[in-house]
Amino acid sequence: MTADDPQVGAFPMLDHPVPQPANASFPPSTIERIHDMAESGIYPIRGLGARRLVPNFDDLVFLTASVSRYPLEGYRERCETRTVLGGRHGAQPLELEIPITIAGMSFGALSAAAKFALGRAATSVGTSTTTGDGGMTAEERKASSLLVYQVLPSRYGFDPADLRQADAVEIVVGQGAKPGGGGMLLGQKVSDRVAHMRTLPPGIDQRSASRHPDWVGPDDLRIKIEELREATEWRVPIYVKVGATRVEYDVKLAVAAGADVVVVDGMQGGTAATQDVFIEHAGIPTLPAVRLASQALADIGKADEVQLIISGGIRSGADVAKALALGADAVSIGVAALMALGCNRSSYPTDDGHLVDATDDYRALGTLPGQCVHCHTGQCPVGITTQDPTLESRLVPDMGARRVANYLRAITMEVTALARACGKSDVHHLEPEDLAALTIEAAAMAQVPLAGTDWIPGFRSDP
Amino acid sequence: MVTLNCDALSVRDVNQTLRLLPSGASCLVTNPMGRHNLVVGLTEELDVTVAGNAGYFVGGLGGRGDGTGPTITVDGFVGWSVGENLMGGAIRVCGSASQSAGSSARGGMIMVEGSASLRAGISLKGATLAVAGDVGPMTGFMAQSGTILVGGNAGHGLGDSLYEAVIYVAGTISTLGADAIVEELVDDDVLAVKRLVEATGFDHIDPAQVTKVVSARGLYHFSAEHSGSY
Repeated sequence: MTADDPQVGAFPMLDHPVPQPANASFPPSTIERIHDMAESGIYPIRGLGARRLVPNFDDLVFLTASVSRYPLEGYRERCETRTVLGGRHGAQPLELEIPITIAGMSFGALSAAAKFALGRAATSVGTSTTTGDGGMTAEERKASSLLVYQVLPSRYGFDPADLRQADAVEIVVGQGAKPGGGGMLLGQKVSDRVAHMRTLPPGIDQRSASRHPDWVGPDDLRIKIEELREATEWRVPIYVKVGATRVEYDVKLAVAAGADVVVVDGMQGGTAATQDVFIEHAGIPTLPAVRLASQALADIGKADEVQLIISGGIRSGADVAKALALGADAVSIGVAALMALGCNRSSYPTDDGHLVDATDDYRALGTLPGQCVHCHTGQCPVGITTQDPTLESRLVPDMGARRVANYLRAITMEVTALARACGKSDVHHLEPEDLAALTIEAAAMAQVPLAGTDWIPGFRSDP
Repeated sequence: MVTLNCDALSVRDVNQTLRLLPSGASCLVTNPMGRHNLVVGLTEELDVTVAGNAGYFVGGLGGRGDGTGPTITVDGFVGWSVGENLMGGAIRVCGSASQSAGSSARGGMIMVEGSASLRAGISLKGATLAVAGDVGPMTGFMAQSGTILVGGNAGHGLGDSLYEAVIYVAGTISTLGADAIVEELVDDDVLAVKRLVEATGFDHIDPAQVTKVVSARGLYHFSAEHSGSY
């Protein structure tokens, strides 16, 4: 045996790798993340919502009709989708044709073309869209027949004149992707127009505050709501949006403060840019959030008076139907609407409908179509989350609007298909009794029985 | 002169009546008794006097984007967030102001003859906030644009995380906040303060003797190296 021989001493030295069991604590992605932070000294910031698997609406199934229930005829018998939001205090409520709204996303995070397209899509299907951090753009107001104006902690671009032309007002206390965390619009997206609207220099990283500058706590919130009612002459509904954390308390406090509509955003909710640690580790999933919120409204006898909008990772008609069954009056979609617009698509269309491959642009960002979360970079390959005029031109607003409208119609049809099969002539008649859970976790969170049992962990028949 | 008596009218009645008045009209709001949300969202160039103490948000969301708006005088003390998100016009508080005076105000001028509490001028976006007396801790926190003039002393953390707003202090400064620095006064500053003194009547302030506080602009770009600075 020589020194060059791999068999030295008691331990064999092999000249080839030997398969090892997977390391659950330090998988390759974790090791890479540690290396990245060690190299750069900063933590990851990214867009969209939680990527890890959490209990969600896929863990529920509908108990559609059979002998004990009879269904409505699909494609024939009418199933109502009309949704009315915000009439509690005598304001003009929003009357939507479908129970799906477009969530607040800022001009700045999104291009003006994207905001326009979302507004036009929402209008064409009879629903509302929502402004975002950075204020209301003229394009967005013009495109949206029903526009919800957000009052955010940063107050970037907040203008009482815009407030007066809103159809509803949404006080944003938090959002599901980063409850309690505020936000950051990185400098590469802060164009001259964005900077001007936000009263800040172009190109700087714009911090969005985590706390409102002019009020703190539930008692102040009541006064703030009254101020907004005074400024709008009590004409429009006031929503209060919270990230899903202490849902029961927050919903009850928002209602006590005077909210007409409460919006609860689960942890799967998206963002344009925030710390990955927030996205993956703050807040609770949408599944338990909807049940806690609807129960909170029932506890205080306001379920018929205050509407509940649920958001955070809603992707399909099944998700919508399950949210409604668990007590929501409507859902709000953000990420899914962007995807309908073309987010994560491998190509983008030209004006004449010709498709141009964008895969190389995704690669340049270190990602691929279908897995991109690089909204924060401002280099969106399909022109949605960018302020770069060249990239923005890749989104043809009319085409984008048509895609989003198609998607909204399709998932609404999915909702009515499930509702009819449950024997409901109105999607708002869906109820928890229509659901069963596939996992113990989902049964506990949604408070519906585990499939094949009458067991709701922590509740009925808990052994 | 129109008189609106808060003993007989709700806040909603008062504000609705004010909105119906033509530009140039004058109005006296009596017996406010600390009510919140008085004179909110007014756009016309009215002259409104609130005869007594007012609560939260007095004069908030008022004025227009061109800097015009009502002239409001509160002959008393005010609660939180006087003139919040003001767009134009002027608000004069004859007493002192509670927290967040002038928060996020984008235009016009807010004058406080007494002192202002915590976070005066927080998130300021272009308006002018002038306080004859002292200001509390964290005044000018994250103020983006506009001017804050302090005739007395400033509490801890002055100008924390400032952007492009400028703060002038006639008295002492307890401590500066993160990324705030004292910058040498130049002629333009003296002239700007002189004009503010003339506009406010806070003539105990010597324009040549104020301390100017601005942003060091060290926090304009996110970096882990800054984590110890705030």
